[in-house]
Amino acid sequence: MANKYLHIPRLRRVYVWEMPVRFYHWLNALVIVVLIITGFYISNPLGLLSHFDASHQYTMGWFRFLHFIAAYLFFFNFIFRLYWGFVGNKFANWKQFIPTSGRFFREMWTVFKIDILMLKKNGKEQDHLSIGHNAMAGFIYFLTFIAFLVQCLTGFGLYAGMSSWWLPKLFAWVPAILGGDILTRQIHHWSMWFFILFAVIHVYLVFYHDYVEGRGEMSSMGGGFKFIEEEMFEKNAHQTPNPEKTAK
Amino acid sequence: MNNELIPMQPTYYEEVQRKGYSRRDFVKFVSLMTAFIGLEQSAIGQVTKALETKPRMPVIWLHFQECTCCSESFIRSSHPIVADILLDKISLDYSETLMAASGTQAEAALKNTMTKYKGQYILCIEGSVPVGADGVYCMIGGKTSLQILNEVSEGAAAIIAWGSCASNGCVQSAKPNPTGATPIHKLITNKPIIKVPGCPPIGEVMAGVIVHYLTFGKIPELDRIGRPKAFYNKRVHDTCYRRPFYDAGLFVESFDDENAKKGYCLYKMGCKGPTTYNACGVTKWNGGTSFPIQAGHPCIGCSEENYWDNGRLYDRGSSFAGFGIEADADKLGEVALGVTVAAVAVHAVATNFGKSKTIHEHQVEGNESEHELES
Ligand code: HEM
Ligand code: HEM
Ligand code: SF4
Ligand code: SF4
Repeated sequence: MANKYLHIPRLRRVYVWEMPVRFYHWLNALVIVVLIITGFYISNPLGLLSHFDASHQYTMGWFRFLHFIAAYLFFFNFIFRLYWGFVGNKFANWKQFIPTSGRFFREMWTVFKIDILMLKKNGKEQDHLSIGHNAMAGFIYFLTFIAFLVQCLTGFGLYAGMSSWWLPKLFAWVPAILGGDILTRQIHHWSMWFFILFAVIHVYLVFYHDYVEGRGEMSSMGGGFKFIEEEMFEKNAHQTPNPEKTAK
Repeated sequence: MNNELIPMQPTYYEEVQRKGYSRRDFVKFVSLMTAFIGLEQSAIGQVTKALETKPRMPVIWLHFQECTCCSESFIRSSHPIVADILLDKISLDYSETLMAASGTQAEAALKNTMTKYKGQYILCIEGSVPVGADGVYCMIGGKTSLQILNEVSEGAAAIIAWGSCASNGCVQSAKPNPTGATPIHKLITNKPIIKVPGCPPIGEVMAGVIVHYLTFGKIPELDRIGRPKAFYNKRVHDTCYRRPFYDAGLFVESFDDENAKKGYCLYKMGCKGPTTYNACGVTKWNGGTSFPIQAGHPCIGCSEENYWDNGRLYDRGSSFAGFGIEADADKLGEVALGVTVAAVAVHAVATNFGKSKTIHEHQVEGNESEHELES
């Protein structure tokens, strides 16, 4: 009976995002949203109409407090993800993010043609290139990590002046190099827009991949699994840079 | 500073007495200065002793591309002894603005101090050095500012860069900087330089820097940017008396509104206090009378590098070159967001055409499986 349906590709379950990556992802998404909202308030506070005296409210104070709490979580979470890029599974490995081979660039170009220009490859609309991130996504996350770094450097650089803890003080050189807090703060503000644009495109693309590929992209950040056609799996498995293999 | 080598000079205290000040005035002045430079009370004795015993320090004060607001600020600092003793008659061997001599006489005085006190004099510089067009924009006695700077700094024990001009170039170095105005630290790298930025710096701060040097014979502790920590380690915002309104989220929305009358925080009027390191909130101006924020005006960040180019005076964001005067980062961001959302929408529609076959195949497969379950 089941033979009748053999032409339907079998899907193979692959554990791509380990628990720490998923935890990192959602904590990161949450704190970034908090940082953007509180950052907007800090940069341009709403004109609150209030009949209270200053002694009875602490609005800006709370927004800044939230911003700094989220900032610390963001920072340590980021450090943790960098660490996991060395000890995690191959899909989380740093090699997935930094273009180090011609293959990486070729794959980026193919992704660009197929997913953005909607061109066909060998008459086919889809080409299952990757199981974890595709090369383009990986590279965009690399840029995102650079934006994380910029935001941490400028943020803690600004914070250094108001803190007595050694950790933020380590960043005091940042405004000194940039020539003062005014510019540091503006860079901090400008790069916020990168995060906003990234979030829009990123969330859209997650939906897009889920819709077009039907491989469980959206749920992968929940349960950790993606589903790959058996034959594609066999064909492409050797192409995914595998740090465990190359190490041997 | 090696005092032994300086030819006999009266001490500061002797000069103070000669000018008719009482011991009481002198001690008052010393306590004031000790407090300003951030020393403990016990240091009052040390400062007193220094001023009583040390011969006066030779000072050369050069004026380049500047507006003289630093000198103005200095001679108006709260305690008359500052102007009378530290600057006016006694300490200044050469200052184009304040000395009586002029022309060849003045040049002779300069030469004289430079040779007599080689390696011992303090060089105070007011103004930036225009290096554009071979320095023709500011020449004194037939020499360019740069030539004079190089000659005079040669034998200086230390350099004090007064004001934003000498410390970071100030307004004359704003884009496009037609005269090539350059701050001192970019031209002289082999001498200790104390930057005392501000447009102008607070008179008491200037006096404090000098008294510190006198007392301890070495430059005060500097921050990473080269400013004395005692005066520049806090933001105006950290010592501003309007800070409770900031924390409460109560802001002036326009200069003539009810909130302005109530003395709310000036943040939304473009106040740069949160990004400006200066002592205005503590020391204040004109002998502690007031300071800009107390007078209802936002801080413009006058002691910060590039404050002219880094934003508008009454606005917190800065305009973007090439995008028109009104375009700040948020306006650009909003446009970029609109474009992104539109592009995403177009892509979503295009997907349904471009990938129709794939999507259709998946649907057929899915339906078949669904039927299998039914049968
Ligand atoms: C503010 C919102 C978000 C931010 C800042 C964000 C950020 C990121 C980052 C930095 C990565 C790279 C992860 C890594 O390997 O270290 C990533 C991957 C991923 N995210 Fe998000 N994310 C957000 C929202 C979402 C949402 C709402 C979903 C799903 C419903 C999602 C699903 C995914 C998936 C599936 C991946 C792996 C993608 C791939 O390989 O192409 N994200 N995200
Ligand atoms: C995704 C990350 C972040 C975003 C989107 C963000 C956004 C913002 C924005 C928009 C502002 C207002 C700037 C202005 O006045 O124009 C701000 C202020 C600030 N942020 Fe962040 N930020 C982020 C991360 C951080 C981090 C990691 C720190 C580290 C401590 C930090 C510390 C600060 C500080 C100190 C201020 C100035 C607050 C004040 O002076 O009251 N931020 N942030
Ligand atoms: S007026 Fe300026 S310096 Fe004072 S609290 Fe408000 S923002 Fe800070
Ligand atoms: S309040 Fe700001 S602009 Fe005004 S003098 Fe002080 S540092 Fe300069």
